[in-house]
Amino acid sequence: MSYHCVVCAKQVPDTKNVTGEAMKEDGTVNRSALPAIFNPEDLHALETALQIRDAHGGSVTVITMGPPTACEILRESLYRGADRGVLVTDRRAAASDTLATSYILACAVRKCAPDIVLCGRQAIDGDTAQVGPQMAEKLDVPLITYVEQWLGIDDKTARARRNVGNGWEVVSCTLPVLVTVNESANTPRPRSAKRMMKYKKARSRGEVEALAKGLLEGDFDNYTAELQAAEVEKYCTALSEKGLLLEQWTLDDIDADLSWCGMSGSPTKVHRIQSVVLSGGQYRQFPATQDGVSELVGELVSEHTIG
Amino acid sequence: MSETNRNGEVWVFAEQEDGKLSDVPLELLGKARELAGTLEVPVSAVLLGTDVGGLSDTLVAHGADKVYLAEHDALAHYQTAGYARALCELIGQHGPQVVLYGATPLGRDLAPMVASRLKCGLTADCTDLQIGDHTDAVSKTEHKNLLFQIRPAFGGNIIATIVNPERWPQMATVREGVMPLPERDDARDGEVVRCEVDLDGATLPLTIEQTHREKKSVNLKAARVIVAGGAGVGSRENFDMLWQLAGLLGGAVAGSRAAVDLGYIDADHQVGQTGTTVRPALYVAVGISGAVQHRAGMEEAARILAVNTDPDADIFKVAHYGIVGDYEDVIPKMIKAIHGGA
Ligand SMILES: Cc1cc2nc3c(=O)[nH]c(=O)nc-3n(C[C@H](O)[C@H](O)[C@H](O)COP(=O)(O)OP(=O)(O)OC[C@H]3O[C@@H](n4cnc5c(N)ncnc54)[C@H](O)[C@@H]3O)c2cc1C
Ligand SMILES: Cc1cc2nc3c(=O)[nH]c(=O)nc-3n(C[C@H](O)[C@H](O)[C@H](O)COP(=O)(O)OP(=O)(O)OC[C@H]3O[C@@H](n4cnc5c(N)ncnc54)[C@H](O)[C@@H]3O)c2cc1C
Repeated sequence: MSYHCVVCAKQVPDTKNVTGEAMKEDGTVNRSALPAIFNPEDLHALETALQIRDAHGGSVTVITMGPPTACEILRESLYRGADRGVLVTDRRAAASDTLATSYILACAVRKCAPDIVLCGRQAIDGDTAQVGPQMAEKLDVPLITYVEQWLGIDDKTARARRNVGNGWEVVSCTLPVLVTVNESANTPRPRSAKRMMKYKKARSRGEVEALAKGLLEGDFDNYTAELQAAEVEKYCTALSEKGLLLEQWTLDDIDADLSWCGMSGSPTKVHRIQSVVLSGGQYRQFPATQDGVSELVGELVSEHTIG
Repeated sequence: MSETNRNGEVWVFAEQEDGKLSDVPLELLGKARELAGTLEVPVSAVLLGTDVGGLSDTLVAHGADKVYLAEHDALAHYQTAGYARALCELIGQHGPQVVLYGATPLGRDLAPMVASRLKCGLTADCTDLQIGDHTDAVSKTEHKNLLFQIRPAFGGNIIATIVNPERWPQMATVREGVMPLPERDDARDGEVVRCEVDLDGATLPLTIEQTHREKKSVNLKAARVIVAGGAGVGSRENFDMLWQLAGLLGGAVAGSRAAVDLGYIDADHQVGQTGTTVRPALYVAVGISGAVQHRAGMEEAARILAVNTDPDADIFKVAHYGIVGDYEDVIPKMIKAIHGGA
């Protein structure tokens, strides 16, 4: 019995290393100043999927929704062993909150008809951990969140140990299922050097278009639209023959109802964003002498903080 | 769901396990009273389970005007599917304008499932809630008295205020420990509304084969004073000094993640984004640099005292009191000052 897995992976700004330069004057974050990385927990979701395939056969497809630059994490997935990468990209998907994001991703996942859908527990930028559970509802499949140990599949029944904060529970259910995977679930395998050699040339149609423009420099713009398209088509066909074309889907390709996508599909709106800039220097400093420390303790007692 | 029911109540999901309420719903009831006061509507708790009716008194004593109680065998042990179905049914019947959940592992599993089914918005992990007016940036429509859902995002580097103007109920999960626990008031009156939920014959998708719960040996959230140490403390032995100080102050000892990773203190003492969120009367940060993930768990303390050799350490930026110096020198002086009855 083999199983088809779909992993949803997000490209995120590296929020752990936010520096001054990454903050814009209006207090918002300048995402382009931050390195874009593979959302950490999604690597663990990918590893779980690869282990399932290695044990039972089947396939691993990675889907990411984002701008064309998100192809970087599709290539990363291929280096580590994924069979197929799909980019869902469409301007009309911009400004999606978790409800719209989960709707769009669910439409894309449905097209792959997988046995197991794997998400990371949480993305490090939006930090909501909502997309996985919401996708499970949209796909109408059982949900297992916070998987800290994948215990295997036996004849279409999956078992996993989930971390529930104050302990754990072992649950099982019949496929299909959607799981969200914790960081503690496994150690992601490194890239394979051989696969890297092969897949570093993998490109999406969008990237090919940009590339064709670059290669032909000024000339490309002088081409007629048909010639441009023909040129792009030529590259894409060549890539496709070598198994190096990353699939690229629009909202039309996944039959998404536009009213549930992007801004119109998002009930939450941002009222205000403030950056957390520490004020600094406003605390009362006491000298590290016995007198200084005693004065501080006296202060804490007199304001009833201690004693 | 979707119409904006201005007379709708403010609801709190009363998370319980094995017949015991956790602290979050009680904390949320305190906040819900404040919001409902502004909106001039009642506060209700929703209690799901089997044999949990006895908890209603506690919910009323902490601020609920009404307790919607649904008991069913299918709700005995938490499962997303059964709880989501019951809750969606009750929300559909009663049309609350606000539904709040604790941002616990359970709340963050349940709330998105409910939001997706009702096709309404959900804001994650709020640290504050207010009522305010919002003007839509595009349509310029003005919306009065919306729930401002205030949350850190981007790894704690920004604070976003999120609103949900049209597709109600307005739902949010709220971090544990950030809202003050209201005092119990047994004189409060409340009504228990027994509800039928249609779960007969519902097959729940998961089989729960085994459960394991760890007893939390420390209750950092309940501590009035916390003495916390970081990597700067240097060893497990050196932590003794912090235990001694905490003992004198009747407080608890906590650690940064670095202190936990280095084995100076056990993991259940960790404060921060991936540990416990605390808001004691006094938080003493010893040899802690003040990384954003640490601050996320302690910056709501009423008073913060930082002891650090590095005058530029970020911890001083959230501190109220500071001593720049070596803790091995400073802590004994504090102990002496307290002994001396200073
Ligand atoms: C400051 C800020 C605050 C926000 N607050 C909220 C909020 O409170 N409520 C709300 O509804 N929206 C909110 N959003 C919008 C939200 O971040 C986006 O909808 C985002 O696309 C998905 O949410 P997330 O990053 O929290 O992902 P999570 O729900 O944390 O992601 C969980 C998993 O879902 C999968 N996944 C998520 N996004 C993608 C993707 N694009 N492609 C492939 N897989 C994916 C991954 O496996 C990931 O590990 C906020 C956005 C910002 C910038
Ligand atoms: C996803 C994620 C989640 C995280 N979650 C958490 C979390 O929940 N909680 C948490 O704490 N961290 C968390 N972290 C880690 C966090 O980023 C920091 O690495 C950590 O808080 C640093 O701990 P520290 O301050 O003890 O150590 P350091 O940063 O090494 O600081 C040690 C401090 O001690 C001072 N010092 C040294 N010697 C002395 C002395 N003799 N006397 C006085 N001061 C001295 C130094 O000046 C320095 O400021 C998380 C990180 C990530 C990426």
